[in-house]
Amino acid sequence: MYGNALIEKNKNGKNILEGEDPVKLAEFETRIDRGEKIEPKDWMPKEYRRQLIRMIEQHAHSEIIGALPEGTWITRAPGFRRKLGLMAKVQDEIGHGQLLYSAAETLGKSREEMLNDLITGKSKYSNVFNYPAVTWADTAIIAWLIDAGAIINQVANSKGSYGPYCRALDRICAEESFHLKYGHDNVVYLATGTPQQREMVQEALNRWWKPIMHFHGPPDKASQHTEILMRWKVKMATNDDMRQKFLDEYVPKVWDLGLIIPDPKLHKNETAGKWEYTEPDWEEFKRVINGDGPCNKERLGVRRMAQEKGRWVREALLKPNLKYSIPLA
Amino acid sequence: MNSFDPRINRVKLPALEEFKPLEPLQEWETYEVFHQKKRGDQHIHVGIVHAPDNDTALMFAKESFGRRRQTANLWVVKSRDVVPTDYDDQDIFETTPEKTYREASDYYCMDRIRKYQQEHGIVDRKELRRKEKEKASKK
Repeated sequence: MYGNALIEKNKNGKNILEGEDPVKLAEFETRIDRGEKIEPKDWMPKEYRRQLIRMIEQHAHSEIIGALPEGTWITRAPGFRRKLGLMAKVQDEIGHGQLLYSAAETLGKSREEMLNDLITGKSKYSNVFNYPAVTWADTAIIAWLIDAGAIINQVANSKGSYGPYCRALDRICAEESFHLKYGHDNVVYLATGTPQQREMVQEALNRWWKPIMHFHGPPDKASQHTEILMRWKVKMATNDDMRQKFLDEYVPKVWDLGLIIPDPKLHKNETAGKWEYTEPDWEEFKRVINGDGPCNKERLGVRRMAQEKGRWVREALLKPNLKYSIPLA
Repeated sequence: MNSFDPRINRVKLPALEEFKPLEPLQEWETYEVFHQKKRGDQHIHVGIVHAPDNDTALMFAKESFGRRRQTANLWVVKSRDVVPTDYDDQDIFETTPEKTYREASDYYCMDRIRKYQQEHGIVDRKELRRKEKEKASKK
């Protein structure tokens, strides 16, 4: 599960195509226009490589960190079947992380570097996982609505131009469909249950609505940079378009259950065909993504602990004749 | 730390300063994974795993690619042992533009057979059978 492709602004306002071979660039763009995929050893512009590494790496980190708020609830899942379901989901998320790290590696950044950059905070992960899953109902809302947002993003990205990322996403999307159904089932069970259960799921929705609205990222500023990344099929839709698509598909399903979305402004403007809503607090979004959220320290602390505790296993398994090579595809 | 997870409250999470970064090769090396769904199918390349040796590579491949899907068999091979062609050498796959001589549909000889049969009074087998069937159905 993953949300917004955080596109880094080009530094110093430099032309991002500076120094690129115009002939090779034209060939590259023609290939993308024809709908062909780019493979790891193909020529690509430096900016294409840089943005893809950032994007795929963030996506991988989000899978690994995203497993934590839900993983917390495995020991306390209500009932054996739900525990099995949650364990399978968390295991899938870690598996998705593995697939994505592999895809990012084909662009030349090693897995060790990526894991280190996660821990030092140099690379980011999806902002929503810096919020806690306070009750069981929070895990239900995460599994349903956060995964739904992620699927919208991932389905769009799977039509992108970089072969290894698309292949990883195809596999991931197939597995996410179980997460979505599992989450929906849990929400429906609570929403159609006792008054206490309904209250619990309503409160979870109240807590998670803001992160959900943050999920696809702040509105993209129209810029030449964004335009180029969309032409290269690195970015497949604007953040606002993805958010609209999410609202279109899921708001009615939330309303079906008689749950109240905590935004009095939220409604669809039928003439414009667009959802109108209270703009989420983007200052808070920035603050949380830069480390000041309720769970940032805990998430990275747990990740460090996992890595430290695994160190002796890693070292015991080291062999003198190991030789790293970049994966082929 | 005050966490909603009681287990986290019980442990001391290491601070960033206490953390030793991973060094190169601590994630070992890469293996390409091939998956066969059922006996009789082809093995298909599905992705990679990182592993320190062949046995561990198979174990990780089973977790990553055989966890959900029906699986009859897995292969792993070190990425560095695979010998690929280069996409830049795409022209090596270009031969003569006209290659219909390689297609089954380009070999068509019924016209010649029919002509020969007519010239030599040989009744076509299929035609004969069709007429017999017609007769039988009239009865």
